[in-house]
Amino acid sequence: MSTSVTLCGVKLDNPVIPASGTFGYGHEFAEIYDINCLGTFSFKGTTAHPRFGNQTPRIADATGGMLNSVGLQNPGVDAVISEELPKLAKVFKKPVMANVCGFSVGEYVEVAEKLDACAQVGWIELNVSCPNVHGGGMGFGTTCEGAANVTREVKRVVKKPVIVKLTPNVTDITSIARACEDAGADALSLINTVLAMRIDPATRRPVLANVTGGLSGPAIFPLALRMVYQVYEAVNIPIIGMGGVHSARDVIEMMLAGASAVGVGAANLVNPFAARDIIEALPGEMEKYGIENLVDIIGGAHNG
Amino acid sequence: MKKGTFTLIKNEALVSDLHRLTFAGDASAVTRPGMFAEVEIPGYFLRRPFSVADASENSLTLAVRIRGEGTAALTGAETGARFDILTGLGNGFDLDCAFERPLLIGGGSGVPALYMACRELIARGAKPIAALGFNSAAESFYVSDFAALGAETVVYTADGSLGRRGVVTDALLDFDYSYVYACGAVPMLQIIDHEAKSGAQFSLEARMGCGFGACMGCTIETANGPRRVCKDGPVFRKGEILW
Repeated sequence: MSTSVTLCGVKLDNPVIPASGTFGYGHEFAEIYDINCLGTFSFKGTTAHPRFGNQTPRIADATGGMLNSVGLQNPGVDAVISEELPKLAKVFKKPVMANVCGFSVGEYVEVAEKLDACAQVGWIELNVSCPNVHGGGMGFGTTCEGAANVTREVKRVVKKPVIVKLTPNVTDITSIARACEDAGADALSLINTVLAMRIDPATRRPVLANVTGGLSGPAIFPLALRMVYQVYEAVNIPIIGMGGVHSARDVIEMMLAGASAVGVGAANLVNPFAARDIIEALPGEMEKYGIENLVDIIGGAHNG
Repeated sequence: MKKGTFTLIKNEALVSDLHRLTFAGDASAVTRPGMFAEVEIPGYFLRRPFSVADASENSLTLAVRIRGEGTAALTGAETGARFDILTGLGNGFDLDCAFERPLLIGGGSGVPALYMACRELIARGAKPIAALGFNSAAESFYVSDFAALGAETVVYTADGSLGRRGVVTDALLDFDYSYVYACGAVPMLQIIDHEAKSGAQFSLEARMGCGFGACMGCTIETANGPRRVCKDGPVFRKGEILW
């Protein structure tokens, strides 16, 4: 029995990848379990300069999920390289996925180029899908031209595989997926959070200071699964499927829909051991469904 | 941090909207007063954070103010109900700063968060003053608990129906003290931050996502840059917070 998969030529022991924004730079989780059990993880969305993010409250509860409008709080790429990555090297021996965000194409290029030069970084994930910042993030990922342009310019300077993280907040995600593939993307990850809001009936005001935020958690799993299924039929590059994954069974569903690897996001925030628990449960679920090698089921739901 | 299953063994309504919940379970991760716990409430996605009122190796006490649906469901639980709880979260109070005569200032829901600190300070030989503030006698709670620990316990009420009439920060003028530990509403903490004549530590409340530093949901601005209330706090020192 084998859980290993390959992502853009890099072998992963298993397909489980904690998603960007739910795993910090790894330290909080390394304090409580050995994070080397992960396939890899995608670190916190990183920009050229330090960002505080949006005003609080920037978290809200929802049935089957949560909303966040954190807005890319991060210490900036230079601090990530000088402080976070050396700390991470002590506790994580595998290549890490670097999540890159920006407010201009030039910023994406600058940050990606710096992180590409770090030996620990195995993949560059371009976040063109953050719904919580204005003039950046999702602004680049809602049109084919915008997403393709960022992808093309980053590909010009980066040697490592470039993964483009797509937003579900579009009319047709498959056309944007194809545009990224045509622009040279090595893989796609989807979906980022779904634009949403809550209102407090007592104050009659939006709960989030930013008014809107991104919905994640089990509530969006079927939506994410459907998009992975559709994008798998539209492109020939690998897909990291994510959105509400919280069990080994969800991982198998995502892979059957067409994912080569699977992101785990909000689940980490309610159960800090979620990613490890899912990895430990995978062999049992594989046995239950008669799966010998996990790679064999990628896209399996499309056959026949 | 530890994740474990706890059994609710006692559910007391101290006042109409505040319950003291006592759980049996492994609370050995609570190594300092002022830490907090995150309770998974069936039917709600995010855990809810509560300061630890008291803990021993095998018991955990939380004081829960009913704020919304989640806290209403939790305080409505029957004894015997089991909950998944993360314990040992946050930095907690540093009691080594206390010296002889620490002043504990608690306002409303913030009062229970000081109970364990008071107990440990007395065990260390300090002579703490517990200044507890409420709107009225009818809304007061935990007063006899602090007195039973042996702390000099003084109550302040807005309407004078119990103890001294006034606000609890009047204690800064009414007593001599060596250090301040405080938990309560932001305006109360701001007054202490500006007017305390000694060092002080404040326990902050925040709407949290994860509670252990991963989601960046509860970040505040401090003199030392952005800090997560859940992981870098919830206890911050005088002069640190940019209000």
